[in-house]
Amino acid sequence: MQSLLNSSHGKVAAELRSVPSSKLVIDKVSKTFTRNGKEFTVLDDINLHIEEGEFVCLVGPSGCGKSTLLNLIAGLDSPTSGTIYTNGNPVYAPGRDRMMMFQEHALFPWLDVLGNVMFGLKLKPNLNDAERREVAKYYIYLVGLERFTHSAIHELSGGMRQRVALARSLAPNPNVLLMDEPFGALDALTRENLYRDLQKIWQQRKKTIVFVTHNIREAVCLGDRVLLFSPNPGKIREDFKIDLPRLRDINNPNLSEVSSVITAALKQHLDAKGVAE
Amino acid sequence: MKKTLIRILLSALGFCAIIALWQLAFHLVDNRTKLPSPFSVFEYIKESILSGVLLSAIKGTLMRMFSGYAMGLLFGIPLGVLCARIRIFRDTLGMLALGLQALPSVCWAIPAILWFGTNNSAMIFVVLMGSVWSLLLSTQHGVMNISPIYIRAARTMGSKGLHTWIYVIMPAAFPSIVGGMKQGWAFAWRSLMAAEIVVALPVSKANGLGLQLNYGNDNNDIAQVIGIMIVIVAIGLLVDKILFSPWEKMLRKRWGLDAK
Ligand SMILES: Nc1ncnc2c1ncn2[C@@H]1O[C@H](COP(=O)(O)OP(=O)(O)OP(=O)(O)O)[C@@H](O)[C@H]1O
Ligand SMILES: [Mg+2]
Repeated sequence: MQSLLNSSHGKVAAELRSVPSSKLVIDKVSKTFTRNGKEFTVLDDINLHIEEGEFVCLVGPSGCGKSTLLNLIAGLDSPTSGTIYTNGNPVYAPGRDRMMMFQEHALFPWLDVLGNVMFGLKLKPNLNDAERREVAKYYIYLVGLERFTHSAIHELSGGMRQRVALARSLAPNPNVLLMDEPFGALDALTRENLYRDLQKIWQQRKKTIVFVTHNIREAVCLGDRVLLFSPNPGKIREDFKIDLPRLRDINNPNLSEVSSVITAALKQHLDAKGVAE
Repeated sequence: MKKTLIRILLSALGFCAIIALWQLAFHLVDNRTKLPSPFSVFEYIKESILSGVLLSAIKGTLMRMFSGYAMGLLFGIPLGVLCARIRIFRDTLGMLALGLQALPSVCWAIPAILWFGTNNSAMIFVVLMGSVWSLLLSTQHGVMNISPIYIRAARTMGSKGLHTWIYVIMPAAFPSIVGGMKQGWAFAWRSLMAAEIVVALPVSKANGLGLQLNYGNDNNDIAQVIGIMIVIVAIGLLVDKILFSPWEKMLRKRWGLDAK
């Protein structure tokens, strides 16, 4: 499989060698929802620059608007005011340059693993079906599931499903990968494996990643930056740069140290708001 | 392999036991006009196959069944999609479907005769009425209950419009539609049998299993009646195995055991 990358046979190799990523700019973005006739602001004046190939984690308590922001970047919803730019182009709708991975795997049960990974690829022009199949197989290999290429989704464990979802999001070769608590439902051991593999894949595929989580240690383990959100209205309160060497292990004591600093900061912001957890 | 063989053997043994009980009952009742012997029923079935009567009856019945059911699919599924999509259709046609599904569709035999006469069209219409509402409702239900996350995932991957309908919504609704197909078939099959008994009587040209049941009654031939009933059951089982089992197997393989 690795030979796929090295040997140069045509479009597939070219496709796999290209590692596009985007600069993301979130410019004065606010989002207001109306509920029971009452307006309330979920995101308030968010300003954010994310560099090409940067791995950014958003942390914050439930309901502070993390998923909402991700949906806006994905183009599944549009901001009430403000604009989001990818590589300088404003976002109006979903696009192949930005793939989203959800908390629930959202895999299609009527397709097998290969079919799921092929779904987005089939919508990508300039490749024929045989080439798409090769590309899909490469990503299935990348997430370590080549033995399950033709398995049904219900036959896979939760961790394997998220791996398929990751392969499915990576396959169309997006510039930006949006991940909404993708590992929230998994056990600790499975998660640790995924942290390691996700870091490796990120280094290999050089995507810009925006990763949402509740878990501060997870954020510190994965992110170049950790952005602290707090609710009512949702705002970015602090921006931590994480300078630990890669690949990071979540059990590393240095990592715990950084996490406790961020946890303390979060508590402070919540206390200031009078929100008891 | 060995397991299936044992299963088939046991099942055959069970059927032999049932036939033996029947034979016993035949001796106890000892009234040939009320309870035929297994042998005389077997004789009837054999003779009616050899004379071609049974096959032509089965052909007639299945022809009606398939025509009516095909029309049911043709109308039911698109209308179900329409009801799922557009509220006003759901509140009118969808409501109507809910009501009419509860109506035993043999009731349609009476207006059908009035509208089409005592002919094939009337019976095909009964089959259509038997199947179309289940198909419509199951499609509506299936489409409306698919998890929105599938559509969102598809949208992020660049699917929209017709592509989403064909490659996401319909496949996601498929388990529910298969359920409706099965139910529609069962309803239609029951009402066709009833309709054939009611309608087919005066129409000598429209051979069918219902007509043969009537003849059995006219001839006072209980062996014929029971024989035809056995054939009706056998066809029901066979259709289930041939028409629906493959779909269900596929669903179980893909969706897992929780497929509905
Ligand atoms: N479509 C919507 N209509 C109305 N309110 C909404 C909608 N979507 C989200 N909200 C509200 O916006 C707020 C933020 O929701 P969001 O899902 O972004 O939070 P979150 O930070 O992702 O929380 P969690 O960590 O629990 O996933 C919540 O109070 C939610 O009720
Ligand atoms: Mg969320």
